[in-house]
Amino acid sequence: MPPTETGQVPAIEFRDVKKRFGDHTVLKGLNFTVQPGERVTLIGPSGSGKTTILRLIMTLESLTDGYIDVHGKPLTHEERGGKRVALPGKQVRATTKRIGMVFQHFNLFPNMTVIENLIEAPMHVLGLNKAEATTKARGLLEKVGLSDKESEHPSRLSGGQQQRVAIARALAMDPDILLLDEVTSALDPELVDDVLQVLRDIAQETDITMLIVTHEMQFARDVSQRVMMFDEGVILEEGHPDDIFTNPSQERTRKFLSAVLD
Amino acid sequence: MSWWNWQSAADALPLLLKGFGTTLVATLGGTAIAIVLGLLIAVLLRTLPTWIVWLPKLVVAFIRNTPLVVQLVFIYTLFSMNDTLIAISALTVGIVVIGIHYSTYMSESYRAGIDAVPQGQWEAISALSLPPVRSFRSIVLPQALRATVPSLGNYAVAMFKDTPFLMAIYVTELVRTAEQYGGRTFAYTEAFTLAGLIFLAASYPTSLLIRRLEKSLATY
Repeated sequence: MPPTETGQVPAIEFRDVKKRFGDHTVLKGLNFTVQPGERVTLIGPSGSGKTTILRLIMTLESLTDGYIDVHGKPLTHEERGGKRVALPGKQVRATTKRIGMVFQHFNLFPNMTVIENLIEAPMHVLGLNKAEATTKARGLLEKVGLSDKESEHPSRLSGGQQQRVAIARALAMDPDILLLDEVTSALDPELVDDVLQVLRDIAQETDITMLIVTHEMQFARDVSQRVMMFDEGVILEEGHPDDIFTNPSQERTRKFLSAVLD
Repeated sequence: MSWWNWQSAADALPLLLKGFGTTLVATLGGTAIAIVLGLLIAVLLRTLPTWIVWLPKLVVAFIRNTPLVVQLVFIYTLFSMNDTLIAISALTVGIVVIGIHYSTYMSESYRAGIDAVPQGQWEAISALSLPPVRSFRSIVLPQALRATVPSLGNYAVAMFKDTPFLMAIYVTELVRTAEQYGGRTFAYTEAFTLAGLIFLAASYPTSLLIRRLEKSLATY
């Protein structure tokens, strides 16, 4: 993939991506790029395809047509001799191991302790030994404020604590790209702030590329440089959060924002 | 008391306990085979491509839908007709056949257990790019076993109570011992009563143990 005008290879590039579930088309030919280190928030009504975009990048869904490139390399399919060819699983995993995802429902491994959750992938995907992985995991637990919970099982933690562990687990893989899929939607209101604060810190201290799906508009404003408004699988408008939130050009966006901000 | 003779009972007991030893060997051996093979079948049915998966499915259905005793006699006869296989003891044949028979049931328990692992777990595995074999061993199987272990235990107890079928291929397990003792002394009542009590003494505590295991597995 040739570099863009900015001279930089995009962290993520969607090229004519289509996604259908049965006869329901979610994405109908989507094009966009995300630059390395950029933080982009996807907003829009439910069913507009935001979460699908994250799941496609994480390869939790397979795309119906089109291509996704990550740091200039094809993610799941490449064009070879005019044909769309699926890449072998090993090659796909080599790309996805630098992509982290945090889920709405945390998805921690309940049969493992907190520290085991954090060292599993670094040991068996990155090849760290147990001591290295543990040291790293402890550092991350400290960062998310849960050092005292390392030998607890996830079921003993609050939702907010579980989500912070899940964030630490994703960071333990040294991701270049972090996908945040409505990470506070399943939390009790009083637990949301701790989680968002952790994410703000990460946004400030690292240059990880972030793609964020959230209904927390203040958070989106704080961390992202760009907001993309989706509706029915297309980008309705995009721009700096200050512009989108205060002065949207589309009536649809205005309506959506007033509904969310209420 | 003419229907019960304490002397006969006392005479029968050591013989019966020896027969019970064979019953235990058959149960433990059969369970070991069924636990391993059952998991293997469950994994095979999950991972094989569709063009070939019908074959193990057919075999499993065949074994499940024919009586154990028919399978025992069939395989035993097959073995005794072959000059090299005839050296294999009836007990060994019995253990393998009963193990295979029950593995087809246990594979179903494993399948249900694996299916019970929430979608989110698979997604987390995928998001961490964990390799399939490792994640199966460290995440999927431990979670699946919570739902599976109690039912595996129940099948082991059921197998224990099915071991008298080994009589059909002349394995002198507990019930055949009772039968032989009764035939020799006409003390059928004593022999079979004791045999039943021995079964009860072994399987009841085991099922209590399984229930306790079930409870302890219910929490992480």
